[in-house]
Amino acid sequence: MNIVIINYGAGNIQSIMFALQRLGLNAVLSNNPEEIKAADKVIFPGVGEASSAMKMLVESGLDTLIPTLKQPVLGICLGMQLMCKSSEEGDTKGLGIFNVDVIKFSNKVKVPQMGWNQIYNLKSSLFREITDNEYMYLVHSYYAPLCNEAVATTNYEVEYASALQNNNFYGTQFHPEKSGDVGEQILANFLKL
Amino acid sequence: MLTKRIIPCLDIKDGRTVKGVNFEDLRDAGDPVELAKIYSNEGADELVFLDISATEERRKTLIDLVRKVASTINIPFTVGGGISSVEDVEILLQNGADKVSINSAAVKNPQLINDLAQKFGSQCVVVAIDAKIIDGQWIVHLIGGKVPTEWTLFDWAKEVEQRGAGEILFTSMDNDGTKNGFANEALAKLSKLVNIPIIASGGAGNIQHFIDAFSEGKADAALAASVFHFKEIEIKTLKNELKNNNIEVRI
Repeated sequence: MNIVIINYGAGNIQSIMFALQRLGLNAVLSNNPEEIKAADKVIFPGVGEASSAMKMLVESGLDTLIPTLKQPVLGICLGMQLMCKSSEEGDTKGLGIFNVDVIKFSNKVKVPQMGWNQIYNLKSSLFREITDNEYMYLVHSYYAPLCNEAVATTNYEVEYASALQNNNFYGTQFHPEKSGDVGEQILANFLKL
Repeated sequence: MLTKRIIPCLDIKDGRTVKGVNFEDLRDAGDPVELAKIYSNEGADELVFLDISATEERRKTLIDLVRKVASTINIPFTVGGGISSVEDVEILLQNGADKVSINSAAVKNPQLINDLAQKFGSQCVVVAIDAKIIDGQWIVHLIGGKVPTEWTLFDWAKEVEQRGAGEILFTSMDNDGTKNGFANEALAKLSKLVNIPIIASGGAGNIQHFIDAFSEGKADAALAASVFHFKEIEIKTLKNELKNNNIEVRI
């Protein structure tokens, strides 16, 4: 299987590479449109600040490519947020794949949310054989509110979408590559789509 | 609900795990990668690796270790010890570390916190603060607690939050190594003062101490070393007991 991790300068790419290796798979790092288009599966990572990550995407022309991809695409953390319509962080226009605006947690809770929280109302084949209320590792200050495309829910101050799906596009706010054996199962599920 | 985290800390010297009592009298407690695997399997929520070696080879040894750990375990880990520049952080993150912890370098050059948060995001910037009480005041100390600074714990905590730290690792020098419990009063005050997560460190001796750090100290996570390394407390037992005391944990 040909797995490409989109390499645009904003990502904890090594962790994902290692997680795939534990599943017995290797991935190619690339920002080459042809290589990305030809992949069986595309992983779109991201950590850091939304507007600067988006700027790097635009500079490499990947902002127009990603929404046209036909194979399964998995955005992780900031990757997922950038696939949304917009983000309040740095007043950033997103890729518009998911029809939801990303907003910030209020200061009634500690920000960032950092640590393990439960996912439930699981609705996607991404979560095949995963039961409700498993714990996932999350680190984020901004979130996607519940919407039609929500396929997992988490509660921190409010119930919000901790995973999204629109056709072949998937996004997880949590880090499957850092969420123990259950996280690895979710990655494996994605690779079997 | 977001759970409270249990974090074993592995002090690393020349690629091996050590743990000091009051930061001195180092004892060998095993191979870091093996320990990391055991802790991850036992239910640790995160790990911290604190490099205390001072050799010229340290950087390369540490990077090798980070790669080995990242390829072996599937939970997050933080690396600290002697980190003083954006370049130091970049290479650790590139090799699979999830977060870095900075201590003395942040006090000497507070702008480093802003630079790291800007470049890599607040989520990976942990500021470690070592403090002890002098004349009734919590004073921040450097170099493993040997050198006092001008900062009080609470002023410095507020400062690092404003500069973009994602988390604070607070070690009470007065409690560290004593096994008499965490500095819960200071922890609770810190937790109220800043709106970023606080990791409690220093003083863990028994399970009740962890319960107190979460319920009285309002900590978001608790870190310990020797009680785990020498199997005085098993993480599974600890988490079950926390749960029995209505503290949310991942089991």
